[in-house]
Amino acid sequence: MKIHEYQAKELFKQYGIKVPASVLCEKKENIEQTIKNFTFPCVIKAQVHSGARGKAGGVKLAEDYNSAIITAEKILGMELTSKQAGTKKVNKILIEQAVNIDKELYLSLTFDRANEAIALIISNQGGMDIEETAKISPDKIYTQLITDNFNPEETVKKLGFNSIINWQICSIINSLYRLVKEKDALMAEINPLVITKHHEVIALDAKINFDDNALFRHEDILALKDEAEENPCELQAQKEGLNYIKLNGTIGCMVNGAGLAMATMDVIRLAGKEAANFLDVGGGASSDKIEKAFKILISDKNLKAVFINIFGGILRCDFLAEGVKNAIQNLNIDIPVIVRMEGTNKSKGADILNHSGLKFTVVNDLNEAIEVIKNI
Amino acid sequence: MSIFINKNTRLIVQGITGKEGSFHAQSCQEYGTNLVGGVTPKKGGEKILGVNVFNTVKEAVKEVNPDTSMIFVPARFAANAITEAAEAGIKLIICITEGIPVYDMLEAKKAVKLNGARLIGPNCPGLISPGECKAGIMPSDIHRKGSVGVISRSGTLTYEAVYQLTQLGLGQSTCIGIGGDPIIGTSFIDVLKEFEKDKQTKAICMIGEIGGSAEEEAAEYIQHNISKPVISFIAGLTAPEGKRMGHAGAIISGGKGSASSKMDALTKAGVTVCKNPAELGITIKNILI
Repeated sequence: MKIHEYQAKELFKQYGIKVPASVLCEKKENIEQTIKNFTFPCVIKAQVHSGARGKAGGVKLAEDYNSAIITAEKILGMELTSKQAGTKKVNKILIEQAVNIDKELYLSLTFDRANEAIALIISNQGGMDIEETAKISPDKIYTQLITDNFNPEETVKKLGFNSIINWQICSIINSLYRLVKEKDALMAEINPLVITKHHEVIALDAKINFDDNALFRHEDILALKDEAEENPCELQAQKEGLNYIKLNGTIGCMVNGAGLAMATMDVIRLAGKEAANFLDVGGGASSDKIEKAFKILISDKNLKAVFINIFGGILRCDFLAEGVKNAIQNLNIDIPVIVRMEGTNKSKGADILNHSGLKFTVVNDLNEAIEVIKNI
Repeated sequence: MSIFINKNTRLIVQGITGKEGSFHAQSCQEYGTNLVGGVTPKKGGEKILGVNVFNTVKEAVKEVNPDTSMIFVPARFAANAITEAAEAGIKLIICITEGIPVYDMLEAKKAVKLNGARLIGPNCPGLISPGECKAGIMPSDIHRKGSVGVISRSGTLTYEAVYQLTQLGLGQSTCIGIGGDPIIGTSFIDVLKEFEKDKQTKAICMIGEIGGSAEEEAAEYIQHNISKPVISFIAGLTAPEGKRMGHAGAIISGGKGSASSKMDALTKAGVTVCKNPAELGITIKNILI
């Protein structure tokens, strides 16, 4: 789960990591009142779950009161488009005191899957995308895997600052590590971490990503979830216990199991089309859940057909067929529905579909499905 | 011979009195697996499916001498259940549970290693050696005894592959789902090593998916250590970057973990990579004939 910069900075404060003074603003009518309390320059930052906010025009420096107000009014409510996150409306802005920057660093603690440990990544080339830095000057990035007797000092020394600065950076790393472990964060990134002209080390940005599977023990973190950031269909699916991801194609698909669902998307491309979504209905879906899944699927207006691919193990084909039949009847679906069922109670399921009086294309295997989808 | 489990396997189920646990324990028992007991805290002394329920794995070990445990404990307790099994001396631990926090798994994995046990999963369908033993949640009747070893990060996609094989008259030696999580106990390489040694196995079907670098590492290993034919499919060629595709481990991030990178690595290592999952079975058949 992702959270906003302003929320991450609140957590930083709790853990003793310095951040600039800032105020969150959610309404246009509050902008003037909020900005009155600042000295200038200040920074206006769009609060959306998206990388590269600066490049997209969501982060701007304002030199005086008037320009701060104009900028804030422009950013609050704007549509922010980035490569990673698509287009998102800015519902919140953070107004922040500007800082006299002497040097920009990069700092992150990331769960390193290949090494099965948390990795400290630090660089004195901050501000830019770390993947870019890795390409241009890999020798400027220092990485250390965190083990039981972890001490960041040796790594921090490599940055080449004096001991007062080093001490502050080490202290931030230790605090960040505590945060990561206590709150089950899989990634905490400060980019840039800045050294000010007054030799203070401050987190100018904050990005944290939490382990979804651990949220049950962190009510405080769960409360930070911003539902406006999620795709409404994906959110609805989550509430129904379904795993749905919206994609850009025209063939809706409903599958049980994540691996088979991905493979089904791949099969759709082999038929010359693209999947409209990823949807895993899970192992033990009831006919009621199937109907709900169908409802979410067909809310996508780009849909030209639906392909149902179920390998019944725990999920019984007759339950599936019942759910599909009900959905088509109740929701007046008029696009082609292609069904491939295999496994437990396959023939019972086929009977239900064949006697429903509704139009289905039942296929026996994936190759047959490809042929049918080709001709849609 | 199959790998990891066979007729001599003595299985217990942790979480045997739960809905899932009892359903699948029964299905394994019906398949012919020697179920010797179950564990559910506070339910010790009860009986289910004709076997005794114990409060702890330690008690079960003392009373019924199991060598394998299958875990259906809820996610928030599952990592502790793995640790408990390892510390009690269970040698093969199969964790079906999905949704275990990453940092809990790191701790559990340490305990597994420390006690010299093997963990399969978590978030996996378990394993089956057709005709010998089932310790998993897969539909039994699609399997048939034979010479193809199957390894996969997925559940239903594995059933798909197995079904195709069986339809074509090709049986399986052992089918293993290693799990869809970022931290798993047994890797592709661990299983490949066993299939290479196993006389029953004549070909290996390896099903991967996006996320992580396990397939790339396996490719490197196959190139230097595996003499048997390996046939592979990688799911998620059309998956977008930055989105978790159902499995906690199935995500392309920072340009890493894409299906095409995995397919390239496997092709370079001499693996036959199927682009169409519908053709896995027939491809393996053509290679074996």
